[in-house]
Amino acid sequence: MGAREQRPGAGGRRLHAFNGGVHPEEHKSVSTSRPIQPLPLLPRYVVPMRQHIGNPAAPLVQVGDKVLKGQMIGLPEGAISVAVHAPTSGTVLAVGHRPVTHPSGLPDICVEIEADGEDRAVAMAPVDWRAMEPGALRAHLRDMGLAGLGGAVFPSHVKLDPGKERKIHTLILNGAECEPWITCDDLTMRHHAAEILAGAAVMRHALGCETVLVGIEDNKPEAQAAMRAAAEHAGYPVEVVAVPTRYPGGGGKQLAYTLTGLATPSGGLTTDVGVQVFNVGTAYALHRAVALGEPMLSRIVTVTGHVARPGNYEVRIGTPIADLLAQAGGELPEATGLIIGGPMMGFDLPETAAPVVKAVNCVIVKDRLLFPPPPAPLPCIRCGACARACPADLQPFEMYWYAKAKDLGKAQAYSLFDCIECGCCGYVCPSHIPLVGYYRFAKSEIWAREQEKAAADAARARHEFRDFRQEREKREKAEKFAAKAKETLAATTATAEPGEDPEAARKKAILAAAMEKARQAKEGVQPKNIDKLTAAQQKEIEEIEARRARAVEEKGTP
Amino acid sequence: MLSALLILGGIGLVLGGILGWAAIRFRVEDDPLVEKIDAILPQTQCGQCGFPGCKPYAEAIAKGEADINKCPPGGDDGIRRMAELLGVEPKPLGEGLAHKPKSVAVIDENTCIGCTLCIQACPVDAIVGAAKQMHTIIEAQCTGCELCLPPCPVDCISMVVIREEIDSWKWRYPVYMLKQAA
Ligand code: SF4
Ligand code: SF4
Ligand code: SF4
Repeated sequence: MGAREQRPGAGGRRLHAFNGGVHPEEHKSVSTSRPIQPLPLLPRYVVPMRQHIGNPAAPLVQVGDKVLKGQMIGLPEGAISVAVHAPTSGTVLAVGHRPVTHPSGLPDICVEIEADGEDRAVAMAPVDWRAMEPGALRAHLRDMGLAGLGGAVFPSHVKLDPGKERKIHTLILNGAECEPWITCDDLTMRHHAAEILAGAAVMRHALGCETVLVGIEDNKPEAQAAMRAAAEHAGYPVEVVAVPTRYPGGGGKQLAYTLTGLATPSGGLTTDVGVQVFNVGTAYALHRAVALGEPMLSRIVTVTGHVARPGNYEVRIGTPIADLLAQAGGELPEATGLIIGGPMMGFDLPETAAPVVKAVNCVIVKDRLLFPPPPAPLPCIRCGACARACPADLQPFEMYWYAKAKDLGKAQAYSLFDCIECGCCGYVCPSHIPLVGYYRFAKSEIWAREQEKAAADAARARHEFRDFRQEREKREKAEKFAAKAKETLAATTATAEPGEDPEAARKKAILAAAMEKARQAKEGVQPKNIDKLTAAQQKEIEEIEARRARAVEEKGTP
Repeated sequence: MLSALLILGGIGLVLGGILGWAAIRFRVEDDPLVEKIDAILPQTQCGQCGFPGCKPYAEAIAKGEADINKCPPGGDDGIRRMAELLGVEPKPLGEGLAHKPKSVAVIDENTCIGCTLCIQACPVDAIVGAAKQMHTIIEAQCTGCELCLPPCPVDCISMVVIREEIDSWKWRYPVYMLKQAA
C-alpha cells in the first residue's frame, strides 16, 4: 500500500492512508437517535448450530428437553468452532433443518426452543483471567461461544492464540464501522465504553502485547468522546485514534495500515506484521464472558432503512428476523426486501423466518427510493476506475475478465484471494458491472475444485491400493495352491500302488489342484451368505432373479 | 584465447554428459502425460468410458486410442480441461453418455443379508462389512460409480443424489437481465 497522504491524527499519531476507497452516503443518523433498546422475551427462538467460521457445533439437546438460559446446547467441534447456548429457558421443540440467515436461502441444522416465560438462567460465575493459564482462558472463551461480531464471526479464542512464532505487538480495537447505515458499534461504544476496554485488557493479557489502539472513524464524535473518557480509567495505556472516514477504513488490514503503517503481505493476515484486530462489540462480549461468566446470548443489531422505528436493539441470538422487524414497528409500505449487513458487503435475505445469529450486525429494509434496482450492466471499457478504488491494490477488471470467462487459474493469478469483497470496484464502475458477484463466484468455484481434487486423489489412492491388494491376494492364493499341489503329489507318489505309473499319479494330482483352484476362484465371486436364508429372503431373491431373467430376455442380451 | 574456448567447451561437454546420464539414470517411471490426464479424470472408477477405471482410460487417451469425451462424471468441464491439456477442440459428451448429478450409494441395512458381493465390486473399498454381517457404505469415500448395484442379490443398494448443503453451496455465476429497450 502506498502512502498517499500522511497526516498526524489527534494525539499526534501519524496516520497512513490506504489506497483507493470510496465515500458512499452514510445514512447513519437514521438509527442513532435512540439508545439501545432491549427486545421483550419472545415465545420462540431458532438457534442455528453454524454461526461461526469453522465446524458447526454439535447439538447437545433432544426434542422435549428442558433448557435454561445460557445452557450450552451446541458443543464446539474441533479446533475452529465455538459453543452455542440457549437464549432463554424453555423446552426444545425441534432439532432439525430450519431456514437460516445465509445468502443461499438453504436450511441448516437448528435447535428450536419454546420459551417458558420464566427466563431462568444457569449459574454463571466470573473467572479470574489474570490467574488463568492462557489455554484455560481460551477454552473458557470457546465454551462461552465467543466469535467476532464484526461480521466474519471467526472464533475469538483462535485469534487470541497467535502461535509461538508470531509475536503480537499491537492490539487494535476496530470501531471504524465504515459501512453505511450500520451503527451498532457506534452505539456500543457510546454506552459500553468501559466494558469494551475491560474486555480489551483480557485480550491484551492473552496476546501478551503492550500497545492498544482504538480506531474510530471521525464521523462518530460521541463514540470517540466516550472511549477517550473510558481510556482515562482503563488502568493500562490505550490510545483512541480518529481515522478519516473512508470506506472500507474498517477492513482489518486497512485499519491496521492506517494506524501503524504496517502493510499485510499478499495472502497473509495482519498477525504476520504483529497486529491483531478485534471488533469493539467482540471486546464487550468478551468482557461479559469473563467478568460475568455470561455466554454470548445476545448482540446489538441495527434495524434501519424503510422501517417504522429504526434504531439499535439488543437482540437474543435466535430471534426470528420477522419478529425483530415487528418489534421495530414493522416495515413501512412498499418495502422491497431486506439486506443483512451493510449495502456494500451485505446480502439479500431470502427468508424472514431466519433468525438473528452472531454475524448479523444490521438489517436494512429496502425501498425503491433508497435502493433502486441496479441499472443493467454494460461491457467493461477498461477505464481503470475500479483499480483506483480498490483498497487491496488489485486489478479488478482483470479478475473480472477471467472470472467471467471462468478462467479461474488466471483470476487467481491476479490475487483474487486478496480481494476483501468490499465492493468499491463495483461502486465506481461506470458500466455498473456487479464485479464482486464474479469474484464470489470464482472464489467458491476454486474452493469446490480444490475439494473435488482432494476427493479424487483419495479415491485414486484407494483404488490403487485395492488393485494392489487384489494382486497380492491372487499371488498368495497361487502360492498356497502350489504348496498344496506339491503335498498332494508327495502323498500320491508315496501311496502310489506299486503297479501304477508315478507319472500318471502326478498328472492326477495336478488335475486335482487345478480343479480345486477353479472351484475356489468360482467361490471368490459367489454370494457367501445365501445358506440359511429366511423364507421371505429366499422368496425375494427368487423374485429378483426372475425379474432379471425377464429383463435379459426382453433386452435379448445377457 | 584458444585455451579459454577449449576449457569452456570442455566444461560444457562434461556438464552435458552428466545431464544426459542423469536423465537416463533417474528416469521417471510413469508417463507424465498419462499422469496429467489421470489428474483431470474424476477417479469415480465407474467404467462408463469403456475402460476398467480412470487410469486405463487415461493411458488409452495418451496413446491416441480413445476420444476425450467418454467420461460422464467428468462432464463438460472435464472435457474442456482435457482439450486444453491436449491442445484439441472440446466436444460434447459421447453418444449414449449422460452426466448425472453426483450421488452416493446407500445400503438398506434392514434388507442386507451380508453376502459381501458389493464389497468385492467396490473399486475404492468404500464398503465395510463381513460375511453375514450387515454392510454399510462410507459416504465420504463413495465415488458414486454404481458398480455395487448389479451384484446385490436382494437389490438393497440405491443411489441417493447429494443435496446441496450450506457448506457445499457455491455462489452462482452472476446473471442479470439484458438492458431492456426503452
Ligand atoms: S470500472 Fe468498470 S468499466 Fe472501468 S475498468 Fe473497471 S470494470 Fe471496466
Ligand atoms: S471488492 Fe475486491 S477487487 Fe473490488 S475493490 Fe474491493 S478488494 Fe478490490
Ligand atoms: S467414465 Fe468413470 S472410469 Fe472412466 S474415466 Fe470417467 S470416472 Fe473414470
